[in-house]
Amino acid sequence: MTAQFEPIVGRYMQLDLFGRKHRIYVEEAGAGTPLLCLHTAGSDGRQYRALMNDERITRRHRVIAFDMPWHGKSSPPSGWHNEEYQLTSAQYTTMILTIMTALELERPILIGCSIGGRIALHLALEHPERFRAIIGLQAGAHVDPYYDLNFLHRPDVHGGEVAAAIVSGLVGPDAPDSERWETLWHYMQGGPGVFKGDLYFYKLDGDIRGRVADIDTSLCPLFLLSGEYDYSCTPEETLAVAKSVPGSEATIMKGLGHFPMSENPAEFFRYLLPVLEKIGG
Amino acid sequence: MIETLGHRVNGDEALVRRGRFLTTTFLLEVGPTAWLISIFEGKVVSVARGPFVMPSSSFALRAPEEEWQKFWSPRPPPGSNDLMALIKRRVLKAEGDLQILMANLRYFKEALAKLRRAGAEA
Repeated sequence: MTAQFEPIVGRYMQLDLFGRKHRIYVEEAGAGTPLLCLHTAGSDGRQYRALMNDERITRRHRVIAFDMPWHGKSSPPSGWHNEEYQLTSAQYTTMILTIMTALELERPILIGCSIGGRIALHLALEHPERFRAIIGLQAGAHVDPYYDLNFLHRPDVHGGEVAAAIVSGLVGPDAPDSERWETLWHYMQGGPGVFKGDLYFYKLDGDIRGRVADIDTSLCPLFLLSGEYDYSCTPEETLAVAKSVPGSEATIMKGLGHFPMSENPAEFFRYLLPVLEKIGG
Repeated sequence: MIETLGHRVNGDEALVRRGRFLTTTFLLEVGPTAWLISIFEGKVVSVARGPFVMPSSSFALRAPEEEWQKFWSPRPPPGSNDLMALIKRRVLKAEGDLQILMANLRYFKEALAKLRRAGAEA
């Protein structure tokens, strides 16, 4: 029996971030226009496995996903054991731009989901010149907390089990079981307090409602794709962003949820491929 | 329909196994109708219909009847497909010792989704 390897290659990058040494896991596949992928809160770059395995995308795009520090195969920085992890807008922005510089990515297309979709809006506003186009998945300007985030990190509740159980209903009803549970497995594998720390950005620090209308799509095109079944970032919240950003294009994806690229890639590509076609090489 | 929760849950071996460390009694309110549901080591051992004079429970889940009916429909619409979706829309109130609910969240979501018509999954 011969090993069947996927075309994805992963490596560890040593990088100074926020004045500290980090070890960041980066994987990629394909060649062409760089397409930089940002995973959701509490998960990792495996969410983009289908993009990296689909020739319709990789024959014209170099698809790159990194695991954020503390996530997936990236480590937290030395000293983490006495810290509480909390993601801020400023850190998240610096992280993405520093990684782009280190990888020498010249004006990539950016695609980010959930917290990745939110920071995509921040980047569209503050650094549009660095990107060829921005695709926000499940991108809204703000989400109010709707449960007590402390349940995500306390010793009498299993962090991995509760993180996956919290988000399980965000997967759309038509997701194939294998992809649904792969998506949830990533949540079950998150480190203690990491999902909660990401949600600090998502629900508190990263509120961009007051500034989102200042995004100038003539500097960088903005596409918004949101799943119909997402109750974290609802279709209404995405449409509200689209309404306030002239020139942006929003599409609600039927039957999909909060993790379109991971929960149901085949359906998601029906929406993504035309957007990539429109952006062009 | 709620009365059938016992055999629906107890017939799912994997669900019962995942609930093996769960023993509690919780209150389910479907509009004006209250139900006390007792679980012993993952099995639903009693489902009692109110009204009750002094019901004791670890926590309560309360939502209007029409919200539960949407949740229990074969293909619930967006916003009605999950307990957390109902909580997000502020139509489901979860009150009491929620550590028990949250530590066993997958169990409770899947157990209550068992009442979905045509037996669709959570």
